[in-house]
Amino acid sequence: MRTKMKAPAMNNTVKNMIRTLKLCTLLFIGTAAVAVQAEERELLHANNDVANKASLQRGARNFVNYCSGCHSTKYVRYNRLAVDLDLTDAQVKDNLIFTNAKVTDNMTINMDPADGKAWFGKTPPDLSLIARSRGTDYLYTFLHSFYLDPSRPTGMNNVVLPNAAMPNVLWELQGLQKAVYEGKTSEDGKRVDKVFKGLEADTKGKLSPEEYDQFVRDTVNFLDYVGEPGQVERRNLGIRVMGFLLVLFLLAYALKTEYWKDIK
Amino acid sequence: MSTETKNDVGTTGLLGWIDARFPLTKTWREQWGDYYAPKNFNFWYYFGSLALLVLILQIVTGIFLTMNYKPSAEGAFASVEYIMRDVNWGWLIRYMHSTGASAFFIVVYLHMFRGLMYGSYKNPRELLWIFGMLIYLCLMAEAFMGYLLPWGNMSYWGAQVITNLFGAIPYVGTSLVEWIRGDYFISDITLNRFFALHVIALPLALVFLVVAHLLALHEVGSNNPDGIEIKKNKGPDGKPLDGIPSHPYYSVKDFMGFVFFAMIFAGIVLFEPTVGNLFLEKANFDPADRLQTPDEIAPVWYFTPYYAILRAVPNKLLGVVLMGVAVMIFFLLPWLDRAKVKSIRYRGWLYKGFLGSFVISFIALGYIGMHKPTPVLTIESRIFSIIYFAFFLLMPWYTNVDKTKPVPDRVTFHAH
Repeated sequence: MRTKMKAPAMNNTVKNMIRTLKLCTLLFIGTAAVAVQAEERELLHANNDVANKASLQRGARNFVNYCSGCHSTKYVRYNRLAVDLDLTDAQVKDNLIFTNAKVTDNMTINMDPADGKAWFGKTPPDLSLIARSRGTDYLYTFLHSFYLDPSRPTGMNNVVLPNAAMPNVLWELQGLQKAVYEGKTSEDGKRVDKVFKGLEADTKGKLSPEEYDQFVRDTVNFLDYVGEPGQVERRNLGIRVMGFLLVLFLLAYALKTEYWKDIK
Repeated sequence: MSTETKNDVGTTGLLGWIDARFPLTKTWREQWGDYYAPKNFNFWYYFGSLALLVLILQIVTGIFLTMNYKPSAEGAFASVEYIMRDVNWGWLIRYMHSTGASAFFIVVYLHMFRGLMYGSYKNPRELLWIFGMLIYLCLMAEAFMGYLLPWGNMSYWGAQVITNLFGAIPYVGTSLVEWIRGDYFISDITLNRFFALHVIALPLALVFLVVAHLLALHEVGSNNPDGIEIKKNKGPDGKPLDGIPSHPYYSVKDFMGFVFFAMIFAGIVLFEPTVGNLFLEKANFDPADRLQTPDEIAPVWYFTPYYAILRAVPNKLLGVVLMGVAVMIFFLLPWLDRAKVKSIRYRGWLYKGFLGSFVISFIALGYIGMHKPTPVLTIESRIFSIIYFAFFLLMPWYTNVDKTKPVPDRVTFHAH
């Protein structure tokens, strides 16, 4: 459902809108069934664990190497990563900061939003809250779902975000994927629609499918953490608070019963 | 120092000194300590004190949020994230406040349902009911304004859609919408005035109304699940035979209720503060964007029954009017109800049937209001809207002809 609103709304210049409309029309005529299929595609499960610090450390490494060139996480401070991911400030400075930013700085980027818009058609969004607004399953599926599409300026398209402005920055790791379609006769039997069946590997990547899956899971895990850095602490606190309240409730119940036994 | 000034309540020392100059002990006794409440309160009677607890919680957490929140289109969203990430315990305060908003409505809806079940709005409690309804209206305005403040995309578009509704009013509609927003669209100016109303004007009105509600309650006395006036049966000491002093009996009972509520509340705050998509919506983690609407614009769950009524009507103006009537009609309950008994325990099957179908339609409308309209849902929303209004509009008839049971003189109470 998301795609319907998003494709036209993202491009606010008239030119881009016309282009998008044209593309939409083309898609609609040519492969209407494909678009429908893509919208209803079920998301894969990220199965990430924000309490897993090793995974978060790898995710942070992945993020600063592959994502933070274009995407800021401007509400996050580098030294917060140090505290939460069991790293020293020096480790953060040496491994996660590639600019002259200080460890107390927020994870902003130097790319001008206007440039981003000119280059990609859309300013790459800040990812501080992306896991909260889209969900981890969506991100995990998104990073698994790029496929070759010569009609796109980037040469790539994405199943869960059709006509994604983002190029597939991970193609070297994953290898290239292509979409597989099957012919399906329409209900009235008058035409044969191309129905999206799935994705399959076209070329091999540097990572094996298992390694790539781990890479994506770690990265999504990091984004989940970044969405709400205090979430592990919150749940841990929850267990203690519930324990306290349970004891307090028993006392409150006993107190009430003691007073109320006078009432006949 | 000369001899102590005597006071009427017989207290001495510091308290005596105060009581001679300020009705501290007197007020305490009148409002709680010596306030005789029926002894047969059941589960449904926890929600009044819980509403007071949530009000205090919202005020206290609100004060702390205000210390770090920036009411500007430029800084609001970032300041909320600053609270969530950099302020010590900021996340806890914010989640308590966002959960508190929903908790307030849950508690108030259950409190109102209690009133419907036991006829608590009937003579002599009409004014008490009206104060309660004014609290409810204030609460709705408070929640609506507060929802804009995080300046997320759902905040923005929700406010845009709801303020647009006033545009349906003939002649003055467009000017009225601009007057409310202070701009041609929801902007920094709107955010600032909503902030002012949310943090001072409406809370002030709320506190004032709650005081009036409690004064009215303690003047007429509490209703109870039997709908019997306990003041009609007094003992030789002038105290109601079926009444007990609120303190200590209801102090300890309500405290137990507080702790039980705290367990559920803390469970939500600490384990699932978004409650799926219900208390905090996914789209609101995207900052406000004037060029991009969320996939679906729907109000938070507590407004969805009314939103469903609005959408059920094909004509926009009529929809807005019916939505307003759906809220306001509660005010008329004391005069729509012609039954001679108060409590559902002694009413006939007609009232039980109408109340039951009203509750079902309220919940169903709430569900429909959360989802994208489909032809089936639209038809259902019309059916449930009709049932909703039938509960009120047919009330003078069915409460009049309904067969009621005789009400006993004394309340039903089983000692614990």
